[in-house]
Amino acid sequence: MILNTITNGVVLDHIQAGGAMEIYKALNLDKLECQVAIIKNADSVKMGKKDILKICEPIDINLDVLGYLAPGVTVSIIEDGTVVKRKHIEPPEKIVGIIKCTNPRCITSIEQELPNIFKLTDRENLVYRCIYCESKCKKQGDIK
Amino acid sequence: MRSLIDIKELTTQEIDELIVVAKDIIANPAKYSEKCKGKKLATLFYEASTRTRLSFEAAMYELGGNVLGFASSDNSSASKGESVADTVRVCSGYADIIAMRHPKEGAPLVASMHSLVPIINAGDGGHNHPTQTLTDLLTINREKGRFDNLVVGLCGDLKFGRTVHSLIGAMARYNNIKFVLISPDELKVPSYIKQELDKSNIEYVETRSLEEAIPELDILYMTRVQRERFFNEEDYLRLKDTYILNMSKLSKAKDDLSILHPLPRVNEISVEIDNDPRACYFEQALNGKYIRMALIMKLLGVE
Repeated sequence: MILNTITNGVVLDHIQAGGAMEIYKALNLDKLECQVAIIKNADSVKMGKKDILKICEPIDINLDVLGYLAPGVTVSIIEDGTVVKRKHIEPPEKIVGIIKCTNPRCITSIEQELPNIFKLTDRENLVYRCIYCESKCKKQGDIK
Repeated sequence: MRSLIDIKELTTQEIDELIVVAKDIIANPAKYSEKCKGKKLATLFYEASTRTRLSFEAAMYELGGNVLGFASSDNSSASKGESVADTVRVCSGYADIIAMRHPKEGAPLVASMHSLVPIINAGDGGHNHPTQTLTDLLTINREKGRFDNLVVGLCGDLKFGRTVHSLIGAMARYNNIKFVLISPDELKVPSYIKQELDKSNIEYVETRSLEEAIPELDILYMTRVQRERFFNEEDYLRLKDTYILNMSKLSKAKDDLSILHPLPRVNEISVEIDNDPRACYFEQALNGKYIRMALIMKLLGVE
């Protein structure tokens, strides 16, 4: 399959195979007017299969959302057909206002104005816990 | 300014210091009778409590201070929809220190983010209850004279029992502690606590049988299955009488077992055990006042 190269935009590479749609939704890429290519199950030497997202417009990516959902992804910024910046995304230590605590006993369940804050408590297993009630977040289901 | 939201915020050295002060208060109460003269404690209790609230109030009075506050959310602006943050901003202008109990987990942490005075978490839902843990630790220290080399059994509601979670966290920091976690499958200790124990290589076993576990225990921490933690009345009724400690079960225990219970008790410890020398739960309730006196002094910076 051949896709045009991007002149100006962003490429998210090394997404776990099958994970592109989730990132597409979480980063609100569906709201963009520009071309967005979702490449699923591309061959990868390192990963076997991988997904790739190509966005044909320079946009700000929420790296906390990306780092939470897909640590290990590579973000490349393309300008005039050249990669000007490439970043390997690590899981953020703290995520604010991205995921919502689903524990009905948590104070955030009754005080809606409180910021939802989660901390990375186990880097190895990528476990995030609510700072208020210490409940583990349930990945996709908790995304606001 | 320092608050106490989670027992883990105190080092073992600080806990030892609090215990030394509490024991000195027990030995020389008169020496402490004016330590907090002119100071006020606000007890913001959004949920019913007898021991915790009264022991906080008694503690402040015995230190020569005064107390104000409310004993249920119906009597506060929370019933009008006021946020914890707003209530605390206001109350921290009226008092020098605040003890807060709230049914929602994390409420005292929110309070500490907005308060001008120290906040003491007096219990937040099924989450933390650090002053109960300090009470438990003072009791264990007075009964056993040590915190290490102990087999600690915890029995009953280990899922929602906040006192259990805090006590495990606190005791896990001492040497050669083994936990025996006795509960029905539905009320097991949450996985994050077990992960912490695994990470620290602390020995624990899970069992459903109190009879089988009791002979090896140095401490048996009984808990009540709490109606207020269940969304479903059927589940509560099914599980509430799962473990009842009676003389027949106690006959298999060590002679120097110490039986603790955060109280209130419903029927999980038969009254026939109250006069057994191994029953420590009423002394434990009294210890709560002394350790809270020590804590209030510490957080107010009173020497």
